[in-house]
Amino acid sequence: MNITTQEKPAELAICARQLNLWYGTFQALFEVDLDIRKGMITSLIGPSGCGKSTFLRSINRINERLGYVRINGRVELFDQDIYAPEVELVQLRKQVGMVFQRPNPLPTSIRENILFGHKLHNKRSSRAEQDEIVESALQQVLLWEKVKDRLHHKATTLSLEEQQKLCIARLLPVKPRILLMDEPCSALDPKGTEAVEELIWELRGRYSILVVTHNMAQARRASEECIFMLMGKVVEHTPTHQMFVTPAQQETADYIEGRYG
Amino acid sequence: MSRNHAFDQRNLDWYIDKAVQALVFIGGISAVIFIIGIFLFITKEGIGFLINTLDLQEFFGSPYWEPSDEDAPEYGILALLAGTASVTGLAMLIAIPFSLGTAIYIAEFATGKTREWLKILVELLAAIPSVVWGFIGLTIMNPLIIELFDVPVGLTVLNAGIILGLMAAPIMTSIAEDALKAVPDRYREAAEALGATRWQVVFKTVLPAAKNGLLGAVLLGVGRGFGETMAVLMATGHAVNIPGSVFDSVRALTATIAAELGETAVGSDHYQVLFTIGIFLFLITFLINLTADLIVRGIRNS
Repeated sequence: MNITTQEKPAELAICARQLNLWYGTFQALFEVDLDIRKGMITSLIGPSGCGKSTFLRSINRINERLGYVRINGRVELFDQDIYAPEVELVQLRKQVGMVFQRPNPLPTSIRENILFGHKLHNKRSSRAEQDEIVESALQQVLLWEKVKDRLHHKATTLSLEEQQKLCIARLLPVKPRILLMDEPCSALDPKGTEAVEELIWELRGRYSILVVTHNMAQARRASEECIFMLMGKVVEHTPTHQMFVTPAQQETADYIEGRYG
Repeated sequence: MSRNHAFDQRNLDWYIDKAVQALVFIGGISAVIFIIGIFLFITKEGIGFLINTLDLQEFFGSPYWEPSDEDAPEYGILALLAGTASVTGLAMLIAIPFSLGTAIYIAEFATGKTREWLKILVELLAAIPSVVWGFIGLTIMNPLIIELFDVPVGLTVLNAGIILGLMAAPIMTSIAEDALKAVPDRYREAAEALGATRWQVVFKTVLPAAKNGLLGAVLLGVGRGFGETMAVLMATGHAVNIPGSVFDSVRALTATIAAELGETAVGSDHYQVLFTIGIFLFLITFLINLTADLIVRGIRNS
C-alpha cells in the first residue's frame, strides 16, 4: 500500500486534490479540492449536472463501471491514494459503502441481502455468527423489530423506506469506514425521508458519511458540513449552519435562495 | 341548420381506422386458427387408428417398429422415443454450457463492437437451415467420428447430438441473453458497490435473478430438439434401436414420419399410425413450449 506521510490533519476521511474527471470528452469535474472530515455527515448540494454525484461515485470508483471514464488528480481515503495502480477495488469497496438513489435490494431474502457483502469477504462463517450479524445490522437501522419474523421474505416486498434502510443495513457487516449516499431519500415519501434522515443522523460519529442531495432543506437539517458545487467545481465548503445563514459566495446565496437550479 | 360543425361526422380517417383495426384483428387471430386447424387435421387423420386399432401398451411399450410387415405389423415407438430422447438429451448437454457461456459473455463481459459482432454471428448461426446441419453431420462428422473413435459407423447418437446441440445453441443463446439483459442494472451496481468481483456479480446476483428466463431458454432448446427432423434424419443413421451408448445408431420420431409417410397408402394403418406419432409430438412440443413461455412470462411480470 502506498501510504503517504504528508502533513495533514489526522481526522480527514476523504481528501481530494486537483481531481479532474471526464466522461468520454465531457469534463464533469474541474480541479476539485476537498477535505472531508472523519466521523461527520457532509452534504453535497448543487443543481443537476454540477458533478456532485460524479464526485461521490469516484470515491468508491463505481464510476469506472461505465468504461469511458478518465480521471486525473488524487483522492486519498485515510491517507491512502485510491487511484494508485496497486489498489484492489474489492478492498476499497469494503471500506466504502454506498447507498443509491433508488433502493436497490437484491431480489433475495432480507437475510441474504444483509449477508451478501459479509459472505463475499468471509467465506466461512457459522450460522450463529450470521444470525448475530443479521440482527445487529438490522438493529442499527431500527428495522429489526419490524422484520425479525420475516427474514426469509423477499427484500423487494418491503416498503421503499424499509428497502432503503435495508440497503444501509447491508453495508454495515462489511465494516466500512465511509458511507456514500446518493440522494438516499429522493424516492421516499416525507415520512420515509424523515425516518431515513434520522437513521443517517444516528450513524454519524461511527462512520464518515457523504450525502448527495437535491433537497436543500435536507442538507440543512441532516448534515454538519456542506459543500456547494456548480459546473463541476467546488464553490464553497463550510459548516452547514454557516452556509445557509451567511454564504460566502454569491452563487451559493443565489442557489440557496432558489434563483436557479 | 348547418351540420358542418356537428360532432357526429365521419371522415375518411375514421373508416381507414376501422378497416385497419379489423385487418389487424384478423391477422392476430389467424395464427391461432391455423394452429387449431393443423391440430384438427392431424387428429382427424390419426384418430381412427388411435381409437380402433391401436394398443397403447404396445405403442409406448414395444421397441419393435415394423409397420410395413404384411403379416404381423408392429407399432411400438419405444425405440423411436429412446432415439429422440437420447439425441435431445445429448444435444442439451452440449448446448447448455455453450449457450449459457456465450450469453453470459455477450451480456455481461463483452463491450462495444465485440458484443455487436457476436450478436450478429449468433443470429446468423440460428439462420442456418437444418438440412445444411444434416449435411455437415453426414459428410464431416461421420468420417470424423469413425476415425477419432475407431467405430464402424459415424451416424450415431453422438453425431446427431452434437449437430442438434450446435443447432439449438444459437436460439438458446439469444433467449438466455435476453433474460440476462432483463436483470436490472441496479442489482449489478449494488453487488459491485458491496465489493463483488465481476464474476461474483454474475454468479451470485445476475444468474439467480435470471434463472427463470434461463430455464425458459433451455426448455425452448429441448422443444427444438424434439421437433427437429431433417438434421436428425441425416445424422442418426436411422436405425430402429434402443441405444446402449452414444456410438449406436438410432431413429427419431420425427425422422420416421418424414421418411415413411411418402411410401404409405393414404388411410392405411401405417399412414394413420404416423399421424398418431404426429399427435404425440405435437402435444409434447406444445407442452414444452407452453411451459417455457409461462416461465419466461413469469419473470417479465414479477
